[in-house]
Amino acid sequence: MIRLENVAKVFGGASAPAVANLSLEVDRGELVALVGPSGCGKTTTLKMINRLIEPTSGRIEVDGRDVMTAPPHELRRSIGYVIQQVGLFPHRTIAQNVATVPRLLGWDEARIKDRVGELFELVGLDDSMLERYPSELSGGQQQRVGVARALAADPPVLLMDEPFGAVDPIVRGHLQGEFLELQSRLEKTVVFVTHDIDEAILLGSRIAILNVGGLLEQHDTPERILASPANAFVESFIGAERGLKRLALHPISEAEMSRGPVIDITAKPEEASRVMDENGVSWVGLLSGDRLLGWVDGSEIDGRPLAELAPREFLVSLRSDSSLRAALDAVVTGHARVAVVVDDGIYRGMLDLEAIAEEITE
Amino acid sequence: MILAQENAPLFDWDWVGRNLDAIWERTVEHLALTGVAIVVGIMMATVLSVVALRRPRTYPAITAATGLLYTIPALAVFALVASFVGIGTATQRFITAEIALISYTLLILIRNIVTGINGVPAGVREAAMGMGYREWERVRQIEFPLALPAVMAGIRIASVTVIGLVTVTALLGLGGLGFFILDGLRRSIIFPTEIIVGVALSVALAALIDICLLGIGRVLTPWARESGF
Repeated sequence: MIRLENVAKVFGGASAPAVANLSLEVDRGELVALVGPSGCGKTTTLKMINRLIEPTSGRIEVDGRDVMTAPPHELRRSIGYVIQQVGLFPHRTIAQNVATVPRLLGWDEARIKDRVGELFELVGLDDSMLERYPSELSGGQQQRVGVARALAADPPVLLMDEPFGAVDPIVRGHLQGEFLELQSRLEKTVVFVTHDIDEAILLGSRIAILNVGGLLEQHDTPERILASPANAFVESFIGAERGLKRLALHPISEAEMSRGPVIDITAKPEEASRVMDENGVSWVGLLSGDRLLGWVDGSEIDGRPLAELAPREFLVSLRSDSSLRAALDAVVTGHARVAVVVDDGIYRGMLDLEAIAEEITE
Repeated sequence: MILAQENAPLFDWDWVGRNLDAIWERTVEHLALTGVAIVVGIMMATVLSVVALRRPRTYPAITAATGLLYTIPALAVFALVASFVGIGTATQRFITAEIALISYTLLILIRNIVTGINGVPAGVREAAMGMGYREWERVRQIEFPLALPAVMAGIRIASVTVIGLVTVTALLGLGGLGFFILDGLRRSIIFPTEIIVGVALSVALAALIDICLLGIGRVLTPWARESGF
């Protein structure tokens, strides 16, 4: 979808090129994170795609067309653009801001109005904000508007330059989650610039790690980069805790869960003793059909029917789509031996430290 | 010098009653001289500001030149311009007056326009380019509206300055309300009523225009009220 071929950029007066001979391909529907230290030319590379910066040499194609063939304003109207400073127009209402590109493209008012409503829903903005001015919104809300504005004319390609860099970590986490969800539905072709390797790992379907001067050190999936960094630069850039970062890439559902010491409340009390012995524990989880009720200690049973007991809640309960890193964190923080995995009340199984460790060593 | 007649009142309402037509005419003349100076001043300042913004190296030269015009005493400017243009006909006198008045607006207007445009946040400009505005569309639809509060502030200062200066053009036989001030002073016995009318109406006019421009600015930039942008 996007192809960079031997692209170089030398700024006037600079002795060394900002980007030297970069070749890169971004497939349709994937999110490539451009990541690297400052001075690695990641923003320059991004801006060459929509011609905010013109390459000194080389060729850039978007959807098979050389970007230098069309007038820049036409090219830019067909590419979504989101920047760290958001850059909302302070003199225009939120609705007008979102409508920017459709209006430039000459859509009629009714179509623009429908589209703005649709986008508000898409990025989770309240309709009461339509007629407000940007200065009346919080940083997180402004950034949602920035994303909505970039998506307004439904461009196939989205360029994002540290879009979540200016908000606090909590809001950033929300925005990243929302954006991942959005991207899984819209499947845009995204080039995403960040200096934060964790953000690149979280969002990228592939990561391009650039070194100073626009040298491409490695371009691969987050999993492969973490598992086998191409060289010492990549290794130092992705930093410590590689194993933990890899765990973050895998959902619990990929790990080997055990059935665990559980028993249906209709079973006999003696059956509970057998399950505890088999698992080598002194407690047992109680199920009602496929719903997990909680757990009881072996001493509490004392021959009584299981249905009469008051089960306690499990300390660590996770969904199967949470990451293994979250599971590990929960188990360690909760001083528990195991995490139970429950989706909307339905019992999936139990996960212990060994099963989590198994995933990285594979 | 006798400042006023011993027994005569300081302010003679009868004189005002007898001269309502003249007062109205001079007020209109005052506004016309001001209006032409401001409108032409804005046009010239816009052209010079575009030059300064496109070629930033010219900005110091432009501010130095207009700054020089601004600091020369008003009387000297009128005398200087008059010696080139002449004051023989009404048209020559009008042109002389306007050239002098306009020269006082340029520094204020150019500074405010350039400051206003340069004050547009870099992110806003970049976003506008990234969205696909052509350069002229961007300047007209994004940068100029955002510079408007600064531009309006400049127009207000320039207008108030010019309204005060117009009185000096009385020396050329124009002067708007300045005519009354000069006439009052020139009589063998100074006539305070006439001077007071000239000064008071000139000040009132300045205040009125300032408030009007403030109102217009607020209507044009509703977004700036809440944000203090």
